[in-house]
Amino acid sequence: MLYREVGDFKTTYRADGQTFPIAFDRWRYYVVLAFAFLVVPFIINDYWANAILMPFLIYAIAAIGLNILTGYCGQVSLGTGGFMAVGAYSCYKLMTGFPDLNILFCVLLSGVVTALVGMLFGLPSLRIKGFYLAVATLAAQFFLVWLFNKVAWFYNYSASGQINAPERTLFGYKITGAETSAPVTYLFCLVLVVVLAIIARNLTRGHLGRSWMAIRDMDIAAEIIGVNPLKAKLTAFGISSFYIGVAGALLFSVYLGAVEVGEVFGIQKSFLVLFMVIIGGLGSIFGSFAGAAFMVLLPVLLKNVLVGTLGWPTDIATHLEFAIVGLLIIVFLILEPHGLAQLWRVIKEKLRLWPFPH
Amino acid sequence: MPASFYYGVEVMLNGLMAGVMYSLVALGFVLIFKASGIFNYAQGVMALFAAQTLVGIQTGIVPFSHMINAALGTKVHYFGWNVPTLISILLVVGVMIVFAILVERLILKHLVNQEPIILFMATIGLAYFMEGFGDLMWGAEIKTLDVGIPQGGNVFIEESTAFLGGDDFYGFYLDTLDIYATVAAVLLVTSLVLFSQYTKTGRALRAVADDHQAALSVGISLRTIWVIVWSIAGFVALVAGVMWGAKSGVQFSLSLIALKALPVLMLGGFTSIPGAIIGGLIIGVGEKMFEFLIGAPFLGGATENWFAYMLALIFLVFRPQGLFGEKIIERV
Amino acid sequence: MKLKTLTAMALVGAMTAPFAATPAFADLVFPSLSYRTGPYAANGIPFADGYEDYFKLVNARDGGIGGEMVKVIECETGYNTEKGVECYESTKGEGALVYQPLSTGITYQLIPKSAADGIPLHTMGYGRTSAANGKVFNTVFNYPANYWNGASAVVNHLLDINDGDIKGKTLALVYHNSAYGKEPIRTLEELSKKHGFKLSLLAVDHPGQEQKSQWLQIRREKPDYVTMWGWGVMNATAIQEAANIRYPMENFIGVWWSGSENDVKPVGAKADGYKALNFHGVGDDFPVYDDLKKYVYDEGNATGAGDQHGTVLYNRGMYAAMLAVEAAKKAQEIHDTADITPAMMRDGMEALEITEEAMTELGLPNFGPAFKVSCENHGGPGLASVNQWDAKAGKWNQISDYAETDMDVIGGLIDEDSSAYAKENKVEEACS
Repeated sequence: MLYREVGDFKTTYRADGQTFPIAFDRWRYYVVLAFAFLVVPFIINDYWANAILMPFLIYAIAAIGLNILTGYCGQVSLGTGGFMAVGAYSCYKLMTGFPDLNILFCVLLSGVVTALVGMLFGLPSLRIKGFYLAVATLAAQFFLVWLFNKVAWFYNYSASGQINAPERTLFGYKITGAETSAPVTYLFCLVLVVVLAIIARNLTRGHLGRSWMAIRDMDIAAEIIGVNPLKAKLTAFGISSFYIGVAGALLFSVYLGAVEVGEVFGIQKSFLVLFMVIIGGLGSIFGSFAGAAFMVLLPVLLKNVLVGTLGWPTDIATHLEFAIVGLLIIVFLILEPHGLAQLWRVIKEKLRLWPFPH
Repeated sequence: MPASFYYGVEVMLNGLMAGVMYSLVALGFVLIFKASGIFNYAQGVMALFAAQTLVGIQTGIVPFSHMINAALGTKVHYFGWNVPTLISILLVVGVMIVFAILVERLILKHLVNQEPIILFMATIGLAYFMEGFGDLMWGAEIKTLDVGIPQGGNVFIEESTAFLGGDDFYGFYLDTLDIYATVAAVLLVTSLVLFSQYTKTGRALRAVADDHQAALSVGISLRTIWVIVWSIAGFVALVAGVMWGAKSGVQFSLSLIALKALPVLMLGGFTSIPGAIIGGLIIGVGEKMFEFLIGAPFLGGATENWFAYMLALIFLVFRPQGLFGEKIIERV
Repeated sequence: MKLKTLTAMALVGAMTAPFAATPAFADLVFPSLSYRTGPYAANGIPFADGYEDYFKLVNARDGGIGGEMVKVIECETGYNTEKGVECYESTKGEGALVYQPLSTGITYQLIPKSAADGIPLHTMGYGRTSAANGKVFNTVFNYPANYWNGASAVVNHLLDINDGDIKGKTLALVYHNSAYGKEPIRTLEELSKKHGFKLSLLAVDHPGQEQKSQWLQIRREKPDYVTMWGWGVMNATAIQEAANIRYPMENFIGVWWSGSENDVKPVGAKADGYKALNFHGVGDDFPVYDDLKKYVYDEGNATGAGDQHGTVLYNRGMYAAMLAVEAAKKAQEIHDTADITPAMMRDGMEALEITEEAMTELGLPNFGPAFKVSCENHGGPGLASVNQWDAKAGKWNQISDYAETDMDVIGGLIDEDSSAYAKENKVEEACS
């Protein structure tokens, strides 16, 4: 009852092929967007922006990127942290090398640079498959981190190897640097997230997305029916890395403001994003958002409950937090291996029939 | 022969011994992967947990003391006894067996027939859980592990080889602890190979590794085998944890040794025990020699972390299934 | 339903929690961004315990600072920069007076934020060295000493034991391959030009359990002295490896972050003679410990497990708290109000003066160097002492006085680096 598609007739192919073919879905989507754009910026404060929303939005981009590669194209990658570092450092070099370049272009260009690097490290995927590939992408992770730490050119020969985001503006509003305001940075990230998510959604529904999925389901069969594995895998690596690079650039320039490569873009980051993708659901854009929300919110929530409300010592709370996050991941995988996105689909099915079970 | 040549040999010897340690960790991975197709990321944390438990039992730390103290306002930390090393090792083995049973009962049983990546993620979840749980149980402080293995350069070897390279050469430097570790690893590997070749359980193990369904149909209990395999992996983790823990104390970073084992796995193949050993040796020697010849003089050092992966990556491009992995046959 | 309840719970929980503990603004709030978990937990615990215990003492003994009770909010960062940001944002609304990020990475992150919010940072012996230039870094303080002072102190110590001439000697720096570890390189290079010693650099990757290659290299090259910029497990491993190759321990000098009990105890007797820098006193032979015992420990209020008293890092945490309390007193004095704001706290820190008498009065005679902070110099005098580990007695001994470091070299570097920052971020150099 709550959720119905009866009477929702389509008269054109265009209407039938739209992203949200069901009216209810579509309206819900508009409401969420309207809320995110029109309400949140006015009620947001520093804590919400910096501790919850910004990491959520940025990780959502990264998760969409990894989902393209792992969820749609079936290539498991553990090099996400390294690729994010590429995004961050190219953003830094662009920002300092061309002070007049618009920050938006800096971020997008860093995505392009990352895409190139990602394609380079994607080449072995033509020969290596499965877990061998996953471990092989770790080579990218460790090598890139080492490179950014070692070669002083990347951090402009500063004494300590830290990179700091200088102040940059867009339409007169400060996007990076010290004196940014929460609504502005939030909106900047939000616009990027929404645009990139729409692009990703449409890519995965089109020719390219279908060839990725064919490769994922069985690469030899796909090759036989005429999908070019070189093209499919490399585009997946390239586009996925573009997203991840943009996420890395935002993480550095807008969110953190200062970055040290080993600490921020270490192997933990790769695992974190992979978690998001799997918890959220492989092969689902909504799942990327759900996974990012889950992994960003859960620790903050647990911390606030355990330390803030119950007043436990911080160390015990953190250990417990680890144990609970681990436990929840396992429980989730057991209950619903296909992630939150699948859970959502099941709920939709239930809602369609509710309150009559048959 | 110039001194630098002998130093090269010395670096190689040390690389070999480091390689044995890598093999030890990699072995735990291979065992589980062979028997259940699970890439067990928690292996490193298992090593940490085993070492923590060993220290905890040895020195009589009250489990969960921090939590108890916080909840009840008490001040308990130690039972005040010291358990002899051998007994505590046996107890830890018991703990690891219980752990294996729990993993099977609570996790694996429910995830039969899932895709490998889901199983992999489950082990990452397990790793998170154990990391938090281990620290809750034993506390996060750095702990000194003393199982009576001497440390330090072996003076005998050093002095008896010092004549080789002239005045600039001080003799081969080999760490006594590493020598012990090497011996232990060799013993462990040999006994594992013997176990899997000549015992009934070992044969069942190999049968499961070959073909789950065929093994099931001749009456081998998959679940028992999984418990056994995880127990053995737990034991291997204990040995690895003891060796590394004795070197640098038992603390969080111990769990990162899992990362050192991954390139070994790539190189040797996920399914091959000899592969893990030879892969470990190649990686150990390779990364130390690279650091010695190229890394330190030309690239500014600290290349060991990525070199192993690069080596394995380049290698895999030519042989995608690793050195000894089963040939990947794909059918449509 | 699960998802819905979960999200609902998440939203409600996250919404209410930051506001639930709405500040009682009457208290003076000192957040403690600690790390009792993660790779550096072993070092984070004693520091956090010491920091908090001293505030407890101030509350119990003196009834707070100038009549205002002190409230310490502990927030766990796990040495993770993102958690650090979360901690900063969640505590700053509670009226936090000063932050001790206790991690170089988090410090760099908070520098612009603290400038924007006007909340001072105190990065004692770590963080961004050039923040010593208060004209550029208005809200950042790193007194009483910084990394570059440390590098110079090592060289000065070598000069001392070599009667002022170290020409032709070799010094190897074993460093953590991160921002922190790379800090001293520049200074050491300058000093090597000045004094004519040879410097070789050995990077160790995080976490630093694997150092065989580096120490084999040291064994081959036999540098006269080795100095170390390490942290966490790297320290103990390095000292162990040095003992293994029988490197003379008295020629091995660590920075102050490589000189705690955690680093030498695992090595046992062989660590005897290892040296490390410090900028405050060691051991528990200070009158303040009697007070701590009376007012805090015996009341059952000791923070954490209560087993860290008198360790180097516990003392350091206590020292940091002491300096914060003194600065708060100063701020109260300047602004003539007990209920100070972060901006007043900043003024207090800038006008801070620690004298011998003041320290004696606090029960910490000769615990640290006497110094005075000014707007031009947020870094203090940069005095450092050398400690030596006595394995048999199981304690550190202070073997030199707090000695001057080479401010000619360091000052130049500080100006260079801070003006680069000022230019990049368009900061006006000024003393308010």
